[in-house]
Amino acid sequence: MAKKFRVLYYVNQFFGQIGGEEKAGVAPTFEAKTLGPALGFNGLLGDEGEVIGTIICGDNYFNENKEEALEYIMNVVKEQKPDIVVAGPAFNAGRYGMACAGVANAVVDELNIPVVTGMYVENPGVEECKSKAYVVSVADSAGGMREALPKMANLTKKLAKGEEIGLPEEEGYIPQGKRLTIFSDKRGSQRAVEMLLSRLNGEAFETELPMPVFDKVEPAKAIEDLSKATIALVTSGGIVPHGNPDRIQSASAQKWGKYDVSNIDALTGEYYTIHGGYDPVYANEKPDRVAPLDLLKEFEKEGKIGKVYEFFYTTTGTGTSVGNATKFGVEIGKELKEAGVDGVILTST
Amino acid sequence: MVKEIERYGIPIVHMSTITTISESVGANRIVPTIAIPHPVGNPNLPENEEYSLRKKMVERAIDALGTEITEVTQF
Repeated sequence: MAKKFRVLYYVNQFFGQIGGEEKAGVAPTFEAKTLGPALGFNGLLGDEGEVIGTIICGDNYFNENKEEALEYIMNVVKEQKPDIVVAGPAFNAGRYGMACAGVANAVVDELNIPVVTGMYVENPGVEECKSKAYVVSVADSAGGMREALPKMANLTKKLAKGEEIGLPEEEGYIPQGKRLTIFSDKRGSQRAVEMLLSRLNGEAFETELPMPVFDKVEPAKAIEDLSKATIALVTSGGIVPHGNPDRIQSASAQKWGKYDVSNIDALTGEYYTIHGGYDPVYANEKPDRVAPLDLLKEFEKEGKIGKVYEFFYTTTGTGTSVGNATKFGVEIGKELKEAGVDGVILTST
Repeated sequence: MVKEIERYGIPIVHMSTITTISESVGANRIVPTIAIPHPVGNPNLPENEEYSLRKKMVERAIDALGTEITEVTQF
């Protein structure tokens, strides 16, 4: 009989049967046993593979000491030489999901060993690792364990045996955002027309390239009296004070900055662009071409608006992840709301 | 960013050149601008003409904040 493939399992303190929230600070340990879900998972592998051991780590410990935790975990992985690593399922537990994602990314990146995990689709860990690991879509609570494990075990078997992995909806994992070339006996134009006809006839059809889904926010109410309103200026055009004091990245921004503009009439002269995604000549010559503080100040003087908000907010939009952009918006919006700002002009390059 | 700021109930106008992106990220009030490297400006124009063009665009943005809308609107 062929040699059994080796699975190393990762769980948190709760599923590793150490304890609940009060034990979330425990450092990682390794047990050459099948603990928690690893036990049931092992049974599902049958004769083909076996779980050689379980790594257990407290969720808080992992997220607060990620470097130390990963160092320990990666050492265990290197010693145990598994064919595949399985983590979770984390359901909708955010910290557990982030830990599974952290383990998954490290294992795939450093050791090129495949990783299977399971998460509820809204777990923040999904975005972190779905492009590298196979994240099986599971329920939002541990009640879904019984459905989750067989799907994870199936994928694990296929990966360990080097079999071809089917499409996300067939195998039950969250799409990794990869576009694959597949051969079809019909040309694209014919397939497109067929899809269109199905749609017009109200029949089901399946797109070959799903568009990302963006949720909508209802338009906010208009400002009643502009002449009394405080207007804030925000940009994703990377306009910063000379010297870029907060070291905002020129691409894939990790942060935003805010600068007091209450005592200046224009950005020109004191600001420039650090944005790495467009030709900076025109913005450096006159940064108000990107973020028109000069004109807002003029409209303030003319009385068309009440006031320009004293801080100008800025970041770089190029290559910045939707996750970070969302976070910046939440943080900036909170400050503007608390400051009583009535309206915002946001410019993008 | 636009969407998250608007989620607080603050009206926000997005001044951007590629308005299709603006719409796809969920901006509701949109003022189309001139070009990516100089959205609110046009260095090819003489200074006074650039100035009046810029002023018009910013005024349009301000007026957009004062305009009640129910769906994505370009000003």
